[in-house]
Amino acid sequence: MQGWLQIIVFCLVFTACVPFLGGYMARVFTGERVFLAPVVGPLERLLYRVLRVDTGVSQGWKSYAGSLLVFSGTFWLFLYLILRTQTLHPWNRQDFHSAPWDVTFNTVSSFITNTNWQFYGGETTMTFFSQMAGLAVQNFVSAAVGIVVAIALIRAIANRRQGATGLGNFWQDLTRALLYVLLPISIAGTIVLVTQGVVQDLGHWGPVASQEIIKELGTNGGGFFNVNSAFPFENGSGLSNFVEMLAIIVIPASLTFTYGRMVGSRRQGWTIFGAMFTLFAVSVVVVYLAEMHATAAQHAAGLTGANLEGKELRFGTPGSALWTAVTTVTSCGAVNAAFQSLTAVGSIVPFANLAYGESAFGGVGTGLYTMLLYVLLAVFIGGLMVGRTPEYLGKKIEAREVKLVILGLLVTPLTVLLATALATGTKYGAPSVFAEGPQGFSESLYAYLSQANNNGSAFAGYTGFYQPNAGNLGSHGITFADLVGGMSMMVARFTPIVFTLAVAGVMLKKRVAPAGLGTMRTDTPTFGGLLVGTVVLIGALTFFPAILLGPAVQSLTSHLF
Amino acid sequence: MKKNLISSAIAVLVFTVLLGVAYPLVMTGVAQVGWPRKASGDMAMIAKDTKGNPRYFAPRPSATDYNPNKTSFSNRGPNQASARFFYRDQLKAYLKLNGPYNPGLTNAKVPADAVETSGSGVDPHISEANALIQANRIAAVRSIPLSRVKQLIDENTDGRSLGVLGEPGVNTTTLNQALDR
Repeated sequence: MQGWLQIIVFCLVFTACVPFLGGYMARVFTGERVFLAPVVGPLERLLYRVLRVDTGVSQGWKSYAGSLLVFSGTFWLFLYLILRTQTLHPWNRQDFHSAPWDVTFNTVSSFITNTNWQFYGGETTMTFFSQMAGLAVQNFVSAAVGIVVAIALIRAIANRRQGATGLGNFWQDLTRALLYVLLPISIAGTIVLVTQGVVQDLGHWGPVASQEIIKELGTNGGGFFNVNSAFPFENGSGLSNFVEMLAIIVIPASLTFTYGRMVGSRRQGWTIFGAMFTLFAVSVVVVYLAEMHATAAQHAAGLTGANLEGKELRFGTPGSALWTAVTTVTSCGAVNAAFQSLTAVGSIVPFANLAYGESAFGGVGTGLYTMLLYVLLAVFIGGLMVGRTPEYLGKKIEAREVKLVILGLLVTPLTVLLATALATGTKYGAPSVFAEGPQGFSESLYAYLSQANNNGSAFAGYTGFYQPNAGNLGSHGITFADLVGGMSMMVARFTPIVFTLAVAGVMLKKRVAPAGLGTMRTDTPTFGGLLVGTVVLIGALTFFPAILLGPAVQSLTSHLF
Repeated sequence: MKKNLISSAIAVLVFTVLLGVAYPLVMTGVAQVGWPRKASGDMAMIAKDTKGNPRYFAPRPSATDYNPNKTSFSNRGPNQASARFFYRDQLKAYLKLNGPYNPGLTNAKVPADAVETSGSGVDPHISEANALIQANRIAAVRSIPLSRVKQLIDENTDGRSLGVLGEPGVNTTTLNQALDR
């Protein structure tokens, strides 16, 4: 009972935050004055001058995408440079060398794309400088990039003005996301985490708390330490566990309210929230029920009771199960318990959540824009079913945008399946696999599912990096896993972004027709149901066969491999 | 394009200085002034390797020999054959150590946390059931009254945060320190 109570309290608290943070973000991105303006405003204006940005210019979709890609590309090169010059860093207490080029390629791609997949163990490979000035900066920036894409799409859908050509200014949106949303919450969150025992020093452990909070808030997930948020100094108590989970889910959930407010109908936002919440609730219940039981191997040894392998006692089964659902419905990927040691049934939950393309609640920004693509698809399918031209918020959905939506939604599954097929069908994937039998396949599938969906959680037996001693001397990467993984992350991050902005470009210029009697309503529970159905159907149809081969097989048998 | 490149290059540097240097350093300063003990790492939160020593409470099994400087998961799977043998060995060792002081202790009565590896490898907490089984051994080996050991267990049990969040657990690190005092 106590466990369910914790889960319900969590759901109530984050839902209560949605209108406040969602409304705040809407005001930030529509240029209304917010309470932080007196403090942040001067810094914001200074940044525009330094960056040489004319905020009066509203960019078309191609220009917006161009700025985004050039900015991300530049940061990719800079981060690669930082990580490959570790011997020159200040705060290099342990004289760490740099990781090999292929591992670094993977890591850089991982952090630029908000994935934070980690083949490396933080405390044995990264200098404090790499962590704070390299990786943690990406935790902020890649999250902000996700948010601005969602905002651009919202503006396009919300636009009612004829002749509009711009989605907004990329640089302005980026700066505002960083200064008004991510940084202030991180500053407050750091303090809370420090009071719960999360470390923050430049001596033995490193600046962990300041990185930990943005790692959750930006749905990044890259741990300062190898065992991520299971480590007491990253996550020291039941309260820090709660705060970190809240940080993971609060922005993706609140953006639905931001959406409702910006399109002028809060019901539209709450309908999307409801659909997301349904998928989330199902996954929490399944994984919690599953983890209350022992695994097949534990039964065979004569053990009963909950599965505590790979879990920390201070979080217990509820705190670990809830986290597992939270971190995989979003694109966070931070873990406080070992996914590879979940029960077979429990491990289906992360698989299924990733198969939905992280649309509920999804990453910061990425979740909402992915869900909006699903919304357009559901409207289209619904329109076909009732036999009318589909329209959404008065805008007709036609062939061109449906094609773009489908392309945007299919890139990621295609990347996952191709990469997994390559890894399991050729000899090159074999050196990365740790476990025997179906679990070995699960590791490979999950590795590419996680990387392509920019999640970053892992069945951690899967490896791309051998490091005999701390500090990278004598270490080497598994080039295939590093490169295929790195490219999966980049392709499945930036291609959907470009398609999403293209959809925004089309939607922006649509004429608005007044709603008639025959218009299918998109702010009702019925539509919410249709939306959930669309998401589940596409996710299930695409990945069901593959999931059968891994975790599903293990959940059906007590056989040990 | 050229304009984007210039803005990007400047943005990369400016954001790195602001978010990657100024922000963490300022937060480090605040944390070190406000909560110096916690911000530098409160070692009471980290398990010590007292496993196998009959005079001390044993923390949960660790995949890394309780090393906080090089952490990793055990990655033991749900249907992994070697996992069964690992649990059997753990059970055997636990019964051998505690059985003599706990007549009637069988595999089925051993709490899961005593044989299943923690996530971090340095989880200092054990369940109350696990602590009470070990208490009989500690009392006998150290020749102190069981009631005194139970009192120390109570004093070193961390409750739920705010009474609701997380799970209660007995902190073996602080409990063992208390035993030696």
